[in-house]
Amino acid sequence: MDGRYSRKEEMHPQLLDLNHMITDERNWFAKKDDHNLGDEKKLELRLGPPGVEDWSVTDAHKNYKSSQKASHKRSAPAPVVGWPPIRSFRKNIASSSSKQAPVSDSQNAIVSNNEKMVKNCQKGFFVKINMNGVPIGRKVDLNAYDTYEKLSVAVDQLFRGLLAAQNDTSGVRINGNHEHEKPITGLLDGNGEYTLVYEDNEGDRMLVGDVPWHMFVSSVKRLRVIKSSEISNISRLGNKQEKSKV
Amino acid sequence: MTSSFPEEVLEHVLSFLTSQTDRNAVSLVCKTWYETDRWCRNRIFVGNCYAVNPRILIRRFPDVKSIELKGKPHFADFNLVPEGWGGYVYPWVVELARAYPSLEEIRLKRMVVTDESLEMVAKSFNNFKVLVLSSCEGFSTDGLAAIAANCRNLRVLDLRECEVEDLSGHWLSHFPDSFTSLESLNMACLVSEVSFSALERLVARSPNLKTLKLNRTVPLEKLSTLLKRAPQLVDFGTGAYSAEFRPDVYSSLAGVFSACKNLKSLSGFWDVTPAYLPVINNVCSQLTSLNLSYATTQSPDLTKIVSQCCNLQRLVVLDYIEDTGLNTVSLSCKDLRELVVFPSDPFIGDVDVQLTEHGLVAVSEGCSKLHSILYFCRQMSNSALIQISKNCPNLTCFRLCIIEPRAPDYQTLEPLDTGFGSIVQNCQHLTRLSMSGLLTDRVFEYIGTYAKNLDMLSIAFAGDSDLGLHYVLSGCDRLRKLEIRDCPFGDKALLANASKLERMRSLWMSSCLVSFGACKLLGRKMPGLNVEVIDERENVNSIPEYAPVEKVYIYRTVSGQRFDAPDFVRIMGKDKDAVYNLS
Repeated sequence: MDGRYSRKEEMHPQLLDLNHMITDERNWFAKKDDHNLGDEKKLELRLGPPGVEDWSVTDAHKNYKSSQKASHKRSAPAPVVGWPPIRSFRKNIASSSSKQAPVSDSQNAIVSNNEKMVKNCQKGFFVKINMNGVPIGRKVDLNAYDTYEKLSVAVDQLFRGLLAAQNDTSGVRINGNHEHEKPITGLLDGNGEYTLVYEDNEGDRMLVGDVPWHMFVSSVKRLRVIKSSEISNISRLGNKQEKSKV
Repeated sequence: MTSSFPEEVLEHVLSFLTSQTDRNAVSLVCKTWYETDRWCRNRIFVGNCYAVNPRILIRRFPDVKSIELKGKPHFADFNLVPEGWGGYVYPWVVELARAYPSLEEIRLKRMVVTDESLEMVAKSFNNFKVLVLSSCEGFSTDGLAAIAANCRNLRVLDLRECEVEDLSGHWLSHFPDSFTSLESLNMACLVSEVSFSALERLVARSPNLKTLKLNRTVPLEKLSTLLKRAPQLVDFGTGAYSAEFRPDVYSSLAGVFSACKNLKSLSGFWDVTPAYLPVINNVCSQLTSLNLSYATTQSPDLTKIVSQCCNLQRLVVLDYIEDTGLNTVSLSCKDLRELVVFPSDPFIGDVDVQLTEHGLVAVSEGCSKLHSILYFCRQMSNSALIQISKNCPNLTCFRLCIIEPRAPDYQTLEPLDTGFGSIVQNCQHLTRLSMSGLLTDRVFEYIGTYAKNLDMLSIAFAGDSDLGLHYVLSGCDRLRKLEIRDCPFGDKALLANASKLERMRSLWMSSCLVSFGACKLLGRKMPGLNVEVIDERENVNSIPEYAPVEKVYIYRTVSGQRFDAPDFVRIMGKDKDAVYNLS
């Protein structure tokens, strides 16, 4: 931008002469390549408190130029007011519809169709999962599963090796040697050595498996694998018989 | 000339001119023609409610039956115009009520409409027939109740995408039992449930009902009851289209749809249960317009439907249709004129939906009558744009939104200048263009050179310098509406083309580089323009003149500055007390 407005200069003569500007085509084309921002220093001005978006001319121009060079594609674009240009009632179509999906026993096609819609709309829902006795936690993508059984199998696969490594005090570990690895079973029915619990969106610790899967997915914040002996500290929503319903 | 034939003959001749533009042109020929036109013109269109005022209107046109008013600028649709900016219809209604007691039609777009205004409309016009509110706000269902209760001859109540304070659905029950003139009812944007029996009785006693667009609360199971009462419907919008599948409900619905021999347009389909979609199979071939933009179901379901719509002219759909579905459209819908594809998940960068530029190219290839496109997608290439421009030389409206701002040609990583350049070069009838993606000043050079019929242009995150804006303002002879956001355009181009602004309806620039000083100068030097600086910053009065404004909205007016503006809107360069009395 080519403005040269400083308080000392007389604004009027330069800007009043509109005709001069219109006919002087050369001016336009010469300036085309002139991105000299030297004069912009006069225009630098912090218009708001530090931290607030700075609308000085220099910075604004810099932003445009640098983003032109960047040809990267961000996976999650920063939210911009009024962009993309759609009306507000069109903004939540994908998410609001999945919540209203009818659950019907007779038409499995409909149910799975809508569940698929949910998956399509929430790509990659990762939650942290920690296991007692294992110092480093993992992350699991809940969208990759649609039943508690599948989640349980995944948890077993995630931690089986790590748990064995922790318990092996001999210090000797040969790659590929899975002799000492015990499968982690009974995570959901309370019969195993370990049980799967989760923290919900209200901060409460809950037993995994009591509510329908989609309800669990919508309220879970993180997962934990704890020793079954510690369960008495955790509230129960239902009894053991109902837990296997998915 | 003035004595060559009597006024009555001239009046009769002019009555055949219905277009506002033609009427405006004839009124400029001579005094006699001006006078004749003003006495017999009874349909009025005001594109910007602040360009003129009721007093001037009433003085010129003594007999008005139908009026259309538009308020806020287009970017208000995307929340860029702060609440309270203006666009109030009440002052107009007061004057219209006094001057035109036989007014029959009011159409408003992007205006603030209060319950008070609606009550006044309901009580002031004995023969009131048509109320169309598009993208309006400020009223509640109480206002609608007043309309329902008092407008004995109402034919059209059309609420398009309005923001209504929905207190209850009781308003519908205010239509008296003696009310039978309804032809069109669109309540799709309302949230509350209306009494179904009241709705059913209303439909049953309205033999001329042609358009019925329900809101989401009317359940699928009740649709057949309604449709049985109105088999003459031409335009129907369902409510929420989801329910547990039941064969009896299905066959009943399929039956009533089949009986609607005049049905040409369908919409609604919120939360669609795909199993119920095939009930419309028998009417698909009748359809000229289909709006599935709330039908959140997958491509196969959508494709099955559109494949049967051989006479379709207008399709509005979500990106769930994917490229494959659009390919089917290109093969099946040979009469297609207008295509709109909305994004299902606009704020996610990567989605699982396979909708790319290929879908649009396919439709452009197969549908030779295509003239209007609104397309949201996540990637575009110059070669695709060039292909589209060659396939559709008759395009009149091309609006492309690539979701990521400044996204380049995804194949070559170059700007999309040549692609859009090809559009304006090959599509000589283009009147409306919206651009997106990575664009330099070059594209504006193309636009200024070739887009001679362009009427409205929307630009975002584009250009390098004032040169870009200069190309557009100096080159696009027919340009009337220009809206720009987040572009490095500033004072120089604006001031150099100041006179052009008086030949346009309006110019919107937000998050650009136009300074306070330039706005003040423009406002002072151009009495025929209102230069509104819209700036909500707290310290706005201490910001130097050379600093950029947040937003500026410039429009021509014969009404002088307005006095209903909030404190974050400053009409620049005008003496606050002066009112220009130009007429």
